[in-house]
Amino acid sequence: MKSKMPGTLPECEMEAPENSRRNFLKQSALITAVALTPAVATKAADMHVDEKIAEAFEKLPIKFEVNGVQQSLSVEPRATLLDILREQLDLTGTKKGCDYGQCGACTVHVDGHRVNSCLTLGVMVNGKKVTTIEGLAKGEELHPMQEAFLKHDGFQCGYCTPGQIMSAVACIREGHANSETEIREFMSGNICRCGAYPNIVNAIQEVKEGGHAV
Amino acid sequence: MEKITLDKGAPEGLSRVDGRMKVTGRAKYSAEYKVAGVTYGVLAGSTITSGSIKTIDTKKAENAPGVLAVITYLNAPKIPGYQTETPAAKGALKIFYDDKIFFNGQPVALVIADTFERALFAASLVKVTYNATTFQTNLKSNLSTGVSPHNGPDYLRGSGDAYKNAPVKVEQEYLIPTEVHNPMELHAIIASWDADDKVSVYDKTQGIKSTQRSIAQAFKLPQENVHVMSPFVGGAFGAALRTWPHEIAAVLAAKVVKKPVKLVLSRADMFTSVGYRPHTWQKIGLGATADGKLTGITHEASGQTSVYEDFTEGVVNISQLMYACPNVNTKYRLVSLNVNTPTPMRGPGEATGAFALESAMDELSYALNIDPIELRMRNYAETDPQTGKPYSSKFLNDAYKIGADAIGWSKRNAKPGTVKENGWLAGYGMAAGMFGAYRGSATVVARLLADGTLHIETAVTDIGPGTGTAMTTIASEVMGISSDKVNFKLGDSTMPPSPTQGGSSVTATVGSAVSDACTQLKEKLKELNGNSESASAGYAQILQQHNLPQLEVTVTSKGGPELGKYAMYSWSVHFMKVLVHPVTGVVKIQQGLSVADAGHIVSPKTARSQMIGGSIMGAGMALMEEAVIDHRYGRLMNNNFADYHVPVQADIPQIEALFVNKPDPYLNPMGAKGMGEIATIGVAAALANAVYNATGKRVRDLPITPDKLV
Repeated sequence: MKSKMPGTLPECEMEAPENSRRNFLKQSALITAVALTPAVATKAADMHVDEKIAEAFEKLPIKFEVNGVQQSLSVEPRATLLDILREQLDLTGTKKGCDYGQCGACTVHVDGHRVNSCLTLGVMVNGKKVTTIEGLAKGEELHPMQEAFLKHDGFQCGYCTPGQIMSAVACIREGHANSETEIREFMSGNICRCGAYPNIVNAIQEVKEGGHAV
Repeated sequence: MEKITLDKGAPEGLSRVDGRMKVTGRAKYSAEYKVAGVTYGVLAGSTITSGSIKTIDTKKAENAPGVLAVITYLNAPKIPGYQTETPAAKGALKIFYDDKIFFNGQPVALVIADTFERALFAASLVKVTYNATTFQTNLKSNLSTGVSPHNGPDYLRGSGDAYKNAPVKVEQEYLIPTEVHNPMELHAIIASWDADDKVSVYDKTQGIKSTQRSIAQAFKLPQENVHVMSPFVGGAFGAALRTWPHEIAAVLAAKVVKKPVKLVLSRADMFTSVGYRPHTWQKIGLGATADGKLTGITHEASGQTSVYEDFTEGVVNISQLMYACPNVNTKYRLVSLNVNTPTPMRGPGEATGAFALESAMDELSYALNIDPIELRMRNYAETDPQTGKPYSSKFLNDAYKIGADAIGWSKRNAKPGTVKENGWLAGYGMAAGMFGAYRGSATVVARLLADGTLHIETAVTDIGPGTGTAMTTIASEVMGISSDKVNFKLGDSTMPPSPTQGGSSVTATVGSAVSDACTQLKEKLKELNGNSESASAGYAQILQQHNLPQLEVTVTSKGGPELGKYAMYSWSVHFMKVLVHPVTGVVKIQQGLSVADAGHIVSPKTARSQMIGGSIMGAGMALMEEAVIDHRYGRLMNNNFADYHVPVQADIPQIEALFVNKPDPYLNPMGAKGMGEIATIGVAAALANAVYNATGKRVRDLPITPDKLV
């Protein structure tokens, strides 16, 4: 690499990919209309039917279960499970902290396993069962882990808390909660900036040692 | 003296009143409100570090599906508040104001689309060309350009540089890198115009009323026409103390597209948009007699700021205040660089200054061969060294004793690098911290209903410490009713005014107003009851007897003249035991303990967590946090959580927090002093001192990463 003088701009601006698939879909839609009659084609263009058809092609149907409720959605392939939960299903208990799978705030269970929903595309959960923090309690009866977090003050601002709790439940289910050290290791994907770590460990140990079903 | 011990039982005190909302996911943060017709904004940032915009091509972005508008300085409606400012004057960054670029990542465009995905993609299509100019981002190579802020004189007590003539002296330089608040919740705002001159925002902020004022000022609106809502804040640590350009941009964008706009910063944006603890160089000179009496302290500091705005903090204050020393001189300089403006971060100034002063005190203790606690006690200030005023309360000596006993300080070997445990070098360190104890003005409305429940409202926020819980505890204690009968509401600008949550002042300020309001309610109840005291159980009965649906008081509370008579400070001492791997240089905290003299502890359960959390933030500052700029390009290299390390579970052992828990007689009716800052101030030095004790290696530039120990 050629060395650069300080203050000069490296040629590393990213060129956004041409929107070719979408243009192709739009053109195809219009060509199909032209094949019918020119008048239809004109009208279709006026009404932005091409846009709507392209949009329809760009979205994929998915069916999945969230907290026991069957959901049928049409989603863009690039939409993450996190954004679908928060923006389309109004399940905002799952938190956005980084979008890169680096903080754990978005942790949910997919078929019982913890995953970062920001690194999971919506289309990947087609046919699967998703549990979010909103689905953990049984009505007004809190899950033992939620009770333990309250008792041990396992949070302050509360923003990382849903992710911590979902991760903590999975940590016990996986058999990774057999010592303080093990808990710390297997809970290290969930950042808490307020620093509730010792209290979180105490909460998890209490649930583990209490033999509660998680 | 009350000891709050750590075991697997629950910590004592009221559990968080909003805890159930937080553990069930029902607590809604700023980006999470369902607003009809909401649109999504995504910012595009400058790819150069200094210069001006040559061209902006927004056509592709505008034509991308779902895009409603692309706002740049070329088409942005004029923000009225920006026009009245002197154009050349330094000040807050004016977003989309002109073509000037001051730092890398500065917002140059805001794309608004009907979905987040579409806005994000379209933002990548905005094409900007620049006229780049030379820039400076390196603090160390620009130290000579530092200027005195506000042209104020340097501090001098007694004679300057007296340490140089002392029999025993320490003279060292210390460096802290840029540290970024990085609360887990990304900064977010949803802005909706309800009428041409009325706007509502759900906004992440520490100051409801200050945000209301800032938005009103920017858009020249009557203050009451700006409705700010922030009932839950997902951490802030100072990063939401002021109204930032992205908040103004969202309000502007909502006006442009005539629809509500939601703008959530990305984690990368969080590094360049909402401040940080500034990269700071310091030099300390300490002089002492052979028996450990300080004869001179000299403290110089140079911190970075942006080229467009001065940011100052009290880095050197701690050296003027901490120890009884006749000769003290300090000097503070600002170095303007092509970076975004810093902002106060937990323990602003003092956390930086304490790292240098308390590291130097440790170095002096080894030079004198005096125990570090003993050295501090020999220089213990019984009155405020700066003003000569008596302290309202100071029990730091108690804190030293409590901490030394609890951590087992007697086990520390004064000879560094001599103790091994399972192949690891072991060492103990300690350091003290202090921060002003403040009390401002707050107004609360308190309503006792005929069913015996008490409802209190004020426009404060709770960024995590447990303000609602502390206020509920105060109300329940003053009224003598159970905490579940108290409903404390906050986070809305339509409520009576309260201060910004910052500077460790909310419990003292808002708590006083709550206490005063409850006292007034009790007096009114007494009057109604024929001037005889009523048992709390009888409150509802009194109201019912007088056919009153409710009893309401609105009370404004602030400190009296006693605030000027005393020097008021909170104090802390932090102890750390570390293990250092002799081959790899890995540092493991084995034990951590913080002791606070924060007056009467109002809410023990949340206070304990706040102290522990502050210690963990200090551990991050000491051992891992460092925002790194590539000075060839002026760009941050680690603006994400994979590369910018904050403490995670595996880094942190059981840390304990203990309290002296003796009330301050003057600051407020509860006897409470602030705690948020002292929880972090001094922690970094305690860790550096422990590492020295373990290894004999003194690390003076944070963070203490393994490469500095091998």
